[in-house]
Amino acid sequence: MTPAALLVALALLSVGAFWIGKSRSLAIVGGTRGVRNLHSLPSHYGFMTALWCALPALAVILVWLVFQDAIILRLVTDHLPAGVRDLPANELSLVLNDVRNLVAGNVGRDAVSEAARGAADEYVRLRGISRMSLTVLTLVMVVCTALFVRSRITPELRARNRVEKVVEWMLIGCSTIAVFTTIGIVASVAFEAFRFFSMVSPIEFLFGTNWSPQTAIRADQVGSSGSFGAVPLFAGTLLISLIAMVIAVPIGLFSAIYLAEYANPRFRTYAKPLIEVLAGVPTVVYGFFAALTIGPALRGWGESFGISVASESALAAGLVMGIMIIPFVSSLADDMISAVPQSLRDGAYALGATRSETIKQVVIRAALPGIVGGVLLAVSRAIGETMIVVMAAGLAANLTANPFEAVTTVTVQIVTLLVGDQEFDSPKTLAAFALGLVLFLVTLALNVLALHIVRKYREQYE
Amino acid sequence: MNSTSKPLKTAKETQAIVAATLSRRYWAERRFRAYGLAAVIAGLAFLVYLFFTIFSNGMGAFRQTQVRLPIYYDAALIDPAGTRKPDDLNAADYAAVIRNSFKLKFPEVEGRAATRELSRLVSGSASFDLQRAVVENPALIGTTVDTWLLASDAVDLLEKGHIERTLAEAERPLTDQQLVWLDKLDAENAVALKFNTVFLTHGDSREPEKAGIWGAVVGSFYTLLLTLLLSFPIGVATAVYLEEFARRNRWTDLIEVNINNLAAVPSIVFGLLGLAVYIGFFGLPRSAPLVGALVLTLLTLPTIIIASRAALKSVPPSIREAALGMGASKIQTVAHHVLPLAMPGMLTGTIIGMARALGESAPLLMIGMVAFIVDIPKGITDASTVLPVQVFLWSDSPERGFMEKTSGAIIVLLAFLVVMNTTAVILRKRFERRW
Amino acid sequence: MNTEAVQVDERAGINLKPSSRQSEPYSIQAPVESGKTVGDITVPDPIFSCRNVDVYYGEKHAIKKVGIDIAKNQVLAMIGPSGCGKSTFLRCLNRMNDTIPSARVEGSIMLDGKDIHDKKQDVVQLRARVGMVFQKPNPFPKSIYENVAYGPRIHGLAGDRVELDEIVHGSLQRAGLWEEVKDRLDHPGTSLSGGQQQRLCIARTIAVNPEVILMDEPCSALDPIATARIEDLMEELRQSYAIAIVTHSMQQAARVSQRTAYFHLGDLIEVGETDRIFTNPRHKLTEDYITGRFG
Repeated sequence: MTPAALLVALALLSVGAFWIGKSRSLAIVGGTRGVRNLHSLPSHYGFMTALWCALPALAVILVWLVFQDAIILRLVTDHLPAGVRDLPANELSLVLNDVRNLVAGNVGRDAVSEAARGAADEYVRLRGISRMSLTVLTLVMVVCTALFVRSRITPELRARNRVEKVVEWMLIGCSTIAVFTTIGIVASVAFEAFRFFSMVSPIEFLFGTNWSPQTAIRADQVGSSGSFGAVPLFAGTLLISLIAMVIAVPIGLFSAIYLAEYANPRFRTYAKPLIEVLAGVPTVVYGFFAALTIGPALRGWGESFGISVASESALAAGLVMGIMIIPFVSSLADDMISAVPQSLRDGAYALGATRSETIKQVVIRAALPGIVGGVLLAVSRAIGETMIVVMAAGLAANLTANPFEAVTTVTVQIVTLLVGDQEFDSPKTLAAFALGLVLFLVTLALNVLALHIVRKYREQYE
Repeated sequence: MNSTSKPLKTAKETQAIVAATLSRRYWAERRFRAYGLAAVIAGLAFLVYLFFTIFSNGMGAFRQTQVRLPIYYDAALIDPAGTRKPDDLNAADYAAVIRNSFKLKFPEVEGRAATRELSRLVSGSASFDLQRAVVENPALIGTTVDTWLLASDAVDLLEKGHIERTLAEAERPLTDQQLVWLDKLDAENAVALKFNTVFLTHGDSREPEKAGIWGAVVGSFYTLLLTLLLSFPIGVATAVYLEEFARRNRWTDLIEVNINNLAAVPSIVFGLLGLAVYIGFFGLPRSAPLVGALVLTLLTLPTIIIASRAALKSVPPSIREAALGMGASKIQTVAHHVLPLAMPGMLTGTIIGMARALGESAPLLMIGMVAFIVDIPKGITDASTVLPVQVFLWSDSPERGFMEKTSGAIIVLLAFLVVMNTTAVILRKRFERRW
Repeated sequence: MNTEAVQVDERAGINLKPSSRQSEPYSIQAPVESGKTVGDITVPDPIFSCRNVDVYYGEKHAIKKVGIDIAKNQVLAMIGPSGCGKSTFLRCLNRMNDTIPSARVEGSIMLDGKDIHDKKQDVVQLRARVGMVFQKPNPFPKSIYENVAYGPRIHGLAGDRVELDEIVHGSLQRAGLWEEVKDRLDHPGTSLSGGQQQRLCIARTIAVNPEVILMDEPCSALDPIATARIEDLMEELRQSYAIAIVTHSMQQAARVSQRTAYFHLGDLIEVGETDRIFTNPRHKLTEDYITGRFG
């Protein structure tokens, strides 16, 4: 059976186990009238039987599937003709790739070598054996546990407590996924990044000002050896983020103020969701907008004022990114402004302050920590934003503060280095992970700081 | 308490000062208010401009130029042996059938080069449509049928007004001679803009007139379905654990901090994780909806968890106390009373998370869902792409025709997003409950 | 009117148990003719003179035809059970109800002979003349100095820093706070204790040189010692300002005020000299309230 079919079979068997458990519990107390003599409801006995059957089987299937491919590939490699087996590692992996593709049906039989074809047949044979044994093992396990649990059901058995314990552990398991995700990110990105730093010095990476990641593919190739000074990328990222903030913070803040303090409720009901629509537009749409509308328009305006604007200028990307972040800033600022207690406003009004004096000197002043936190979150957003800059900012690693020139960013380079075919051990590919690590750490620091500030602020008025 | 000191100014003096500066203060007030209004209007103006640009560029993608031509299904070209077997019919040269039909329509055209130039008015893929028609209905052979053929990209652009006739011949993709032929066809009403079914039913293609979004829509569907199946149960379970079961300690604090941070981690970092762990470590197939969904699950989990926790928080404790007071276990209380009450809020959060996942493209670039894929994916391990990545791919294409397709694909993407978000809003309005 | 009250009294006499008294708030249903206030609502040379004031919150009629004068250099206490409209009436006097969108105020409120709802009357000027202290101390999230300097700053009352320092110093001194805070003027206003915060709010108010100070239950959030200090302060401030105070505490009204007004469900029932109101109330409702039969 294929793994999918096996899972379906397991699900059906678990339903069967549920009925076995439930009917057994009813049988031992003599039908529905005897339920009061059971410790738990009959369905609890059913659930217990089903869980006891399904969970171990599921674990076995998962472990089996995780290791199946690696073991079979090892066996297949041993089975390859000696000439192929002795190939250098990277060429051997190409052959194995062919084998995989052939098995998956991605390529025709004619497209690969004789050796790969033989290996693919061997692979399919071994996989058949493996699947068959897994199926038999699982089914036997399920049936045995079902019968065993059935024999253990007594009226005193605390089925509910056991089921609930399992459910609670499952809940706990789910809640740890967030932690494992973070660990996964740190571990995987950091691991690849450290491999990069074993090839390129971290000093050069962090402080070098020359970025051209094209490395020679073969050792004997002439030409670029690659240099990995990431300062131009950091500078470009900061420049574009700065432009975005210059657009987003005033517009976002002022619209939040207007909507929260001035606008009549009718206007607010329509305008607020409309502005938030800007946040729901996919970033790829902004990227397209920046590349095809704003970029050329800016260049046109630049020409008419006699300024030379690159068609992939930092200004175009930053401007559009700013538009994207407006609703982010405005809704956060709105929250923070609404959290300022009315009594403070009353205090200022009672002294004869006008509305704008109250807002500027009391409300904003009180909401400032929250707003700063929100702006920090927005900065972290801007730094990590990818599609807009990939589509609208260039690849040229210029070290410049001129917004009319093309710059590149950390995210653009990650995408450029990793999209397309790649191998995992060239510094070019690994550089992307080093950049990813920097990106993750910087945004993490910003987020932690911002969330801390915002929480402190919220607590103050709760 | 020393309160004998008198005010420096009398009330009357104070009032005089206040009155003197009043107009300046009100002027500042009006200016401040105008800034606010200007900011709101700027935000709305950006929105309108964005949508206007996309729609004015993209509506054309839903219509396509077709050319009517009397097609003569010449038996000598299609099935010289007269077998009528599908294999033979499939193998025939249908481009020649089109060329032949053009020659019959324009008998004055002489020579191979001119004939080719003429037949370039229709899309190179038109021959596949004829092939399909003949294989389905071999009785066509030997007859002449007026057929609407897909026009070539250049003709399509001309008809939609994206190419100026007044340009020098070398600067436009159509020759003067082609324009003359086209005008002749036009005069017979044999050139028309029709609803573009190709765009909505086909996969990607190198030729703009044959490129469609269906492959991307199906890819998005598989990816989102799987994301939903994974992230909704996990998200709800996490929220239930944190809100209903967990005691506050360092461990749950750690989980909380993690969730809040993950919500703000750049999406591309999740792509790096997917590339390194799912593809590099577990050896899952590149470009597959399966991997895309695994990445998007991690991406949407924080959104779902945060929304679900808010929904659980809004259920008043009295309900829990009532159930516990009846002797229900903790799990029964949650399953029978709290979850059903919190479900609308959780679903709303999930839909919003799914909408975000639908628009996400950066992490999917990392795991290779950016390949050029013609076939419609048939399963979660087939190589495929998704709508936003399709937008990205097309926006990169040099052909002028793809610009319209890009905007068209954006319109489709936005339509899906509007439907999802509207559902969420309706759900929230419907089930909103104040305790 | 009178017979009704007597009848009510008999029933109250029967219902001795406090719980049943609460469940049948007999007096609160007693019909009152709006605008017929017992006692003399006028004073010679009033600073405020209100006639036929009605306030609506949306559909709700919160204040009904209230008329009363507020005298200079005197404390007027407004008492009455919760929801009787005394705070609402107080907020009319410096048009704080303007900040509530659904609120609508009718009738005439004359400040020094000019209607405060007149089109020519500016609300900023009005509030500079009529200061207000709130129930909960609400210092701005600024330093102590800046809290007091805020009013003079927005109104441009100080020509330079020296003058501003003098205003801040004087205001804090008259609010009785100077000795306690003179060494930490740059500390945040929120770092003070509740009673100090309330005196800071009073200092903030008098820094603008108002003519009238409105106080909305200024001591309800304070402990007895802090309350006593504020009450002493009110006695001092009365020398320079007219003060109107809303209070829940009849004892406080008796201690600090010269005149007392009793409000009941939006009606002004009785006005008079404080001594007279507390020793010899003329209206049945007033008597029931000050003798603790309800409220």
